[in-house]
Order: sequence, then C-alpha cells, then structure tokens
Amino acid sequence: MDYLNYLRKDKMPHIWCDGCGHGIVLKSILRTVDKLGWDKNEIALISGIGCSSRTPGYVDFNTLHTTHGRALSFATGIKISKPKMHTIVVSGDGDATAIGGNHFIHAARRNMDINLIIFNNNIYGMTGGQCSPTTPTGKFASTSQFGNPDSPFDISRLAEAAGASFVARSTAYHFAKTDKYIEMAFRKKGFCVVEVLSPCPTAYGRRNKSTGKVGHEMLKDQKENSVPIERARKMKPEELKDKYITGVFIDRDVPDYFEHYNEVKKRAKLK
Amino acid sequence: MSQPNPKIKMMQGNVACAEGAIAAGCRFFAGYPITPSSEIAETMSLKLPALDGNFIQMEDEIGAMGAVIGSSLVGVKSLTATSGPGFSLKQENIGFAAIAEIPVVIINVQRGGPSTGLPTKPAQGDVMQSRWGTHGDHPAIVLCPSSVEECYFMTIRAFNLSEEYRTPVIVLSDEIIGHLTEKITIPHHSDIDIINRLKPQSDPENYLPYENTETYIPAMANFGEGYRYHVTGLVHDETGFPTNDSKKIEEQLTRLYNKIEKNHDKIIDVSEYFCDDMDTLIIAYGAVARSAKQSMLKARQEGHKVGLLKLNTIWPFPEKQIVKLCQNIKRIIVPEMNFGQLAHEIEWATRRAIPIIKYNKINGEPITPLDIYNILINRK
Ligand SMILES: Cc1ncc(C[n+]2csc(CCOP(=O)(O)OP(=O)(O)O)c2C)c(N)n1
Ligand code: SF4
Repeated sequence: MDYLNYLRKDKMPHIWCDGCGHGIVLKSILRTVDKLGWDKNEIALISGIGCSSRTPGYVDFNTLHTTHGRALSFATGIKISKPKMHTIVVSGDGDATAIGGNHFIHAARRNMDINLIIFNNNIYGMTGGQCSPTTPTGKFASTSQFGNPDSPFDISRLAEAAGASFVARSTAYHFAKTDKYIEMAFRKKGFCVVEVLSPCPTAYGRRNKSTGKVGHEMLKDQKENSVPIERARKMKPEELKDKYITGVFIDRDVPDYFEHYNEVKKRAKLK
Repeated sequence: MSQPNPKIKMMQGNVACAEGAIAAGCRFFAGYPITPSSEIAETMSLKLPALDGNFIQMEDEIGAMGAVIGSSLVGVKSLTATSGPGFSLKQENIGFAAIAEIPVVIINVQRGGPSTGLPTKPAQGDVMQSRWGTHGDHPAIVLCPSSVEECYFMTIRAFNLSEEYRTPVIVLSDEIIGHLTEKITIPHHSDIDIINRLKPQSDPENYLPYENTETYIPAMANFGEGYRYHVTGLVHDETGFPTNDSKKIEEQLTRLYNKIEKNHDKIIDVSEYFCDDMDTLIIAYGAVARSAKQSMLKARQEGHKVGLLKLNTIWPFPEKQIVKLCQNIKRIIVPEMNFGQLAHEIEWATRRAIPIIKYNKINGEPITPLDIYNILINRK
C-alpha cells in the first residue's frame, strides 16, 4: 500500500522525535484502514492534546484535534449524530487516563461505538517528561526525580472492567499484532480499545535506562519483555515484574450504545 | 388557505428553552444534571428520541460541551444547558468552539455563587463569566431572557446567531425565569425564521475552512461531506492547520473578533420603554427587568418620568444604545442580582457623566418591583 494516499504530505515533516513509537502506531492504523477499504470521507480521526494527539494533523481524513483529555466526548457527539462515520480516537496515556480518565471509563461503560487507540509511552511526552498515570512506581520523570511514588493504571484492564467490547494491548515492536488488533477493533461494534506501548526515548528512555535510552533499544526491550496474556495468566506476579502483557484482554459480544438507544427511540415513537 | 394557528400554552421557562431549541432545529442535547437547569435536559430527553434526535447524559459538563461541538461538526444543531458550577467546567471547550468556529448553544440558568453557592436561588453572577469565562481573547454573544416567551424565542435566536456567525452563543437565563410558569404563544413553525450555517460553494480541493472573507464568516463544511479538513484549538491559518506565523495569527484572531464586532448592529437587541420621555433610566436584564418594568409603570402612573432599557443581549455590550439614551437624563438606576457587574460596564460606557445608582442584591432573594420603586422614589 502507499501510505502517501492517506497522509497530508504538505504537513511533513512531523513533530515526532527520532525513535518515537508514535509513527509506527500511525502506520498500523493506516494499513488497517487501507485493508478494510474505508472511504476517507467517512472517517473521523479525533484526538486530545499531546505528541500522540498530533496524529490527526498528518492524516487525510476528517480530523479533529480537541482539548486535552476530551477527545472521546467530541467523538461521542460525532458518532451519535452521524453513526455512519467511522470514529477513531487517538490518545496518549496522559490524555486518555489522567485528564480524560472520566470520559474514558464512561465511553467504555456506554459501549459507545468508537475505536480508541492509546499510544502509551508511560510519560507526558509533549510537555517534557512529567509523570503520567502509567508511569510505573519508582520510575523517573521530570516531576519524579527521586522515583515515582504513585501506582500506575493498567489501561487495558481498566477498559475491560469499565465495559468495553474489545480490548487488546500490543507494542510498537509487535506491529503485525497491532495491525491485527486494530483490525479486530475496527470490525467490531461498541467501544474498542487498542493500547499500544510506544517508546518515548526523549522523555522516558533517557531517564529510565532500564528500558533502553534510544528508540531501537526500547523496541528491543519491548521484544524481549513482552509476555502474551495467555502465558501471563499462568505466571506469578513476581515473574511479571517489568514485563509487558500483550494480547486480547476481552472480545465480547454485548449490545453497544446504539442498540440500546434505538430501543429508546422506538419506545418514544409509540407514545 | 387559512393561516396556521399559533398555540397558546402555560409553560415553564426551562421547558420553553427546550421547545425553542427543538423549533430551531436542534436535534442533539448533551448535558449533566444541575439545578436550576435540569428541566431543559429532562424535556430534551423526552422530546428528542421521537424526533429521531439524540439525548445523552454525559459524565460531566466538560464532556457535554465536547459532545455538542462534535455533533455540530457533523451538521446537527446541538444544545447543552447548565448552571454556575457546570458553566465553569464548560469554559475550556467553549473557547474551543469559539476558535474552531463551531456553532453551538449553551444555556446557563444562573444560580447563586461562587462555587456550589445557592443551588435553588436566583442570581446574575455570571454576567462577566459569560463574556470572559474562557481564556484568551474571543468574541461572545449572550442573550438574556426575562419571560417564558423570551426563553422560547431567544433560544431560537441563539441557534440562528450561532449558525450565522459560526460561534458559540450563550443564553443567560436565571433561576426565576427558568422556573417561572406563565402564558406563552407559540407560532406555527412555518412562521419561525431559521438560519442555517453557510455551506461552501468551492470544491473540496479549494475549500478554506477559515477563509478571511469580506463578511469575516467563512463557510462551514460538515464532517462527512467530502471536505476532509482539519479542526484544532491551536491558532490556525485559513486552511485550519496550526500556524506560528505572526501575520497569520493576527489575521485570524482579528477576523474572529471582527465577525462579531462589525455586526453589533445586527446582533445587539434592546427594548426601550418610555425612553423618549424620561429623566430617570432604569437599565435591567433577565428576571430583574420584569420587576423594573412593574416599578416603572407604577412610578409613571404617579407622574415620575421613568424609562426602562431592557437588555435582551448583554454581550456584545450595547454601548451605543445606552449612550444614545443618556442625553437628557438625570440618573440611571441599575438593579442587578450581583455586585454590579453590568453597572460597571455602564459607568464605563457613559464615562460617569450621569450619576448611576446601583441596586444590588446578592442574598438569594429576587429584586422586587417594590425594591426598585423605593429607589425611584427615595433616592435622588
Ligand atoms: C487542560 C490542559 N492541561 C495541561 C495541558 C498541557 N499538556 C499538553 S500535552 C500534555 C500531556 C501529554 O501526554 P500524553 O497524553 O501521555 O501524550 P504524549 O505527549 O506522551 O504522546 C499536557 C499535560 C493542556 N494542553 N491542557
Ligand atoms: S517527546 Fe516522546 S512522545 Fe513526544 S515525539 Fe518525542 S519521543 Fe515521541
């Protein structure tokens, strides 16, 4: 496929650093759109604020770059008022689960028919490397120079518990898996979350050398320390320390928002 | 052919806002419950589904504001409603709608503040927040109903203005008007003027979503119509993409300002009562304008030369309309359920050439006709 069919060439070069994983995730999204043959006019790509959230600017869809953390709420309005629109939200870990955490769990609870791709780099990239809700305890950030005292969220488990139809985690290294999960998400009704671990050498790697300092080292770390969820289920918590659990967390057929709301409309019209 | 009949009904102010929105073509509501605005959400949840519209109760007011912007962007007129605390939460996204030029209507049924304040009591404390609530410099259009009928018609007008000027429009109601039930005459829908956003004539390749046109108002394509453009809260150039070019920044922010500034005469709406025969002018808006009218009528019966300027729009500020009335008068009385938020603007507009008597009530009680009458008679 030709990526240029989907990119706004005149917006290049992009802002992402050398070794950033975000571009790898974007390519997975584009490959999947291409594979499914979606009409670009019928795709809305929506983001909040962050390095990851700059994605929409580069892509030739209907693109909306909203306020920090709020992309899912804008997307909710788009999807409800134009259900035909393929509605994809891209979000950073901070965007989706700190400031946008409330919208995240509620979009999942409603099982709103939106695809959310989270570019999880465990840090606030755009603002220079402050802690995010997924920065592991003890790791370093510009606001945790002596080690992060907080406990991290497990985004995929959070989405699963909150009611999403489909949840999977992949890494930038495992791009073929990412493609597969994004395709599963795009084909499915309801709230579908694909969390992709995306290296941020600039803001995270430099400070946390255990994962590697530069992009390719961080990709290697993802390769070596990822554990498929089926295997992880048989492992002890100590064995899973510093591992990345990947795979499909949940894939369930439950009614999405529209199934319920269409019933509401039917009942209202009978009155 | 016989003329379609208007309908006469008893209706609550909040319900009238919802009915007005529906009459204006609103088919999406997102909100979060808050007294004294909740009847608007409840009415929309009742009415919209049968009209193939959509109602959603969001997780908070920030989300509600985001949802209405998203919905408007795909071409569906959208409403949210709230009160003080929720209005504060909406501000960041109201700023987004302003800079991205997305038509939406926000109704704020004011209650006492600050903070949780006085949930069931009236106030007019959000006059300045409705103008300057979000960060940055931006235009604002704010309408102030003072009757149930005005709740209906001003909500329609709010939608029309938002569509015409591609901007968020605020209806600043208050607890008294929101919860007041009185008679309303609803015209047949064919007698209601509806304005819809200007659609682009150009083909998608040449479409400039933020073009600096003569009218300052660029045409708006809806998402999904083949135009595939970019919408961002970052300052952008005419193409919609972020820019750091100071010339472009100035051009776009000035256009944003001008599109309202240069159309003051078309946007500002005031009602004058006995203003050609007065030595005392009362300036009032919202619920207080009702009391002001009563007190004015009583004082006039007794021979006092009192006039009333009722502000139907408070922003843009009706400076010209006020100054015009200040030629031969002795004093201005400005009753408000706040510490004088609009009185301050009036002092500025009149350069303090005329004594201004402020009457301010902030204890959660309404300003009564007697309150204003007493000032008319006893304060010189
Ligand atoms: C309301 C608000 N608060 C704070 C910011 C500043 N801010 C911009 S991006 C960002 C964090 C981005 O981190 P993340 O979402 O993880 O994305 P990344 O940049 O790492 O891809 C913050 C805090 C903002 N733009 N708006
Ligand atoms: S700061 Fe991190 S997330 Fe942002 S572009 Fe650079 S590497 Fe990517």
